Amino acid sequence: MAHSDASHADAHGGHDHDHPSYLAHHFDTPEQQFDSGKLGMWLFLVTEVLFFSGMFCAYAIFRAWRPEVFVGCSEFLNTKLGAINTGVLLFSSLTMAWAVRASQMEEHKKTAALIATTLSCAMVFLGVKAIEYSHKWEMGLLPAGLFTYNPANPHPEAPDYLLYICAPFAVATIGVFIWMVAAFLQGAKFQFECAKPIFVMCLSFFVGVQLGRILEPKEDHSGEHQVASVDGEHGHEDHGHEEDGHDHAEEADDHEVHDDAKTLVAASEPGEMSSNTQDLAVIERLATDATNTGLNDELSARKAQSALASGAITYDVSDDEGATVTTVPDDVLRPSRAGVFFSIYYCMTGVHAIHILAGIGVMIWLLVRAIRQDFNRNYFGPVDYVGLYWHLVDLIWIYLFPLMYLIR
Amino acid sequence: MSAHEQSKEGYDFAHPIPLPLLFGVFGALTLLTIITVAQASSDLLGSYDVLAVMVIATIKAILVGAFFMHLAWDKPFNIIFFVGSFVFVALFIVFTLFDNRGTLKDDIPVMDDAIVATATE
Repeated sequence: MAHSDASHADAHGGHDHDHPSYLAHHFDTPEQQFDSGKLGMWLFLVTEVLFFSGMFCAYAIFRAWRPEVFVGCSEFLNTKLGAINTGVLLFSSLTMAWAVRASQMEEHKKTAALIATTLSCAMVFLGVKAIEYSHKWEMGLLPAGLFTYNPANPHPEAPDYLLYICAPFAVATIGVFIWMVAAFLQGAKFQFECAKPIFVMCLSFFVGVQLGRILEPKEDHSGEHQVASVDGEHGHEDHGHEEDGHDHAEEADDHEVHDDAKTLVAASEPGEMSSNTQDLAVIERLATDATNTGLNDELSARKAQSALASGAITYDVSDDEGATVTTVPDDVLRPSRAGVFFSIYYCMTGVHAIHILAGIGVMIWLLVRAIRQDFNRNYFGPVDYVGLYWHLVDLIWIYLFPLMYLIR
Repeated sequence: MSAHEQSKEGYDFAHPIPLPLLFGVFGALTLLTIITVAQASSDLLGSYDVLAVMVIATIKAILVGAFFMHLAWDKPFNIIFFVGSFVFVALFIVFTLFDNRGTLKDDIPVMDDAIVATATE
């Protein structure tokens, strides 16, 4: 096989010594090698696009079903942080495209520096994301099934999630620092050269966390404010379900107290009966106007009273009626609905973040190779391919950002 | 030697993108991001805002694809490949939404644990 390849190359180029070390033996020319790799990369990116499209489809379905839930829940996402992250990703895309150019021009130092910058941007992105996630987890804004957000108590006692997210990054940072110091002391120059930018990259995560901390108001009442605005938008229909439950419970109590009192009154003054029925007729007429909601309530109360007063055995069914699902007003923050929004939110941004992490992993490999000066004007494929992947991750965020953060 | 390699087929095929172009694209992308955020905070377009936002996002995606991802100078086959995937994504989502529209009336009320719990108290 190798022999036939060599003879093949000989037949075409006539220079068997021109098969350089970076050119795999089964390729004739660097361009052929590059194009084959690139085709493979495009294939992979196509599968990535189709993979993400499933989640975008879920998004489209649920948004079409309950647009108001998406508008209401989007209020909980910090547009400022989202916009900052968009800018950071766009900038990292620029440095990545620039790194490809630098590797094509054989500017080795610049290539390594630009890849390191891209890595740092990726880490800043994750740092900001850590603030966003931990803030939401503390508020109970979790996926369906775990969603426990309570508008009355938006900041319940919660573990310090930020600490948990930061812990692995802190461990990695310390590890890289130890590696850097050890390499320096041992005089391992190449290792030290690699550890330096990786250490800067690790620190960038905490820069991102700090950035997020500045932009995400800490002990504010933004949650309450947001809920108020949501309520305002949707008017009378949207009340917190907790509130609602409360109302019903109170109503039931009222009925009981009221009924007891009236029973006593009716028992002591039987002459009142007739006037009571007259009143009822008047109120009944007034209550035909649906806008007189207060009168409707009073009417039902009085009906119950007079029924009791006439000695009938009544069952107070209003309680059960009020508790059925059909009479509960639509609420943006019902756990089963808001939870679905946050399921989609965490799924999409989470999978995106996993892609960022994967990109970081591949780019560290790229960084080491760039420092080793592996790339030249005929062999820059790896930089180009990772660049394509990175731009795709950016591209997905370009769609995610407005669809999640900018819903009105 | 180098002059000989220059002329050789399959070598020196790199096409470095000029820096002004890269910075120009980045500037345009940043500008478009600012426009998207600005239109979301104003109530200019009303119910067309989803459309506007998606159009802006698509312009950004084309900019990234054409210049950062080198598609403007890439082989037509790769372009057809990549753009084709979006055609299939569009088919997927549009047909699902059609179906969604057709079955929108079959609303199954959602039982909410929290509400049931408060009622039984």
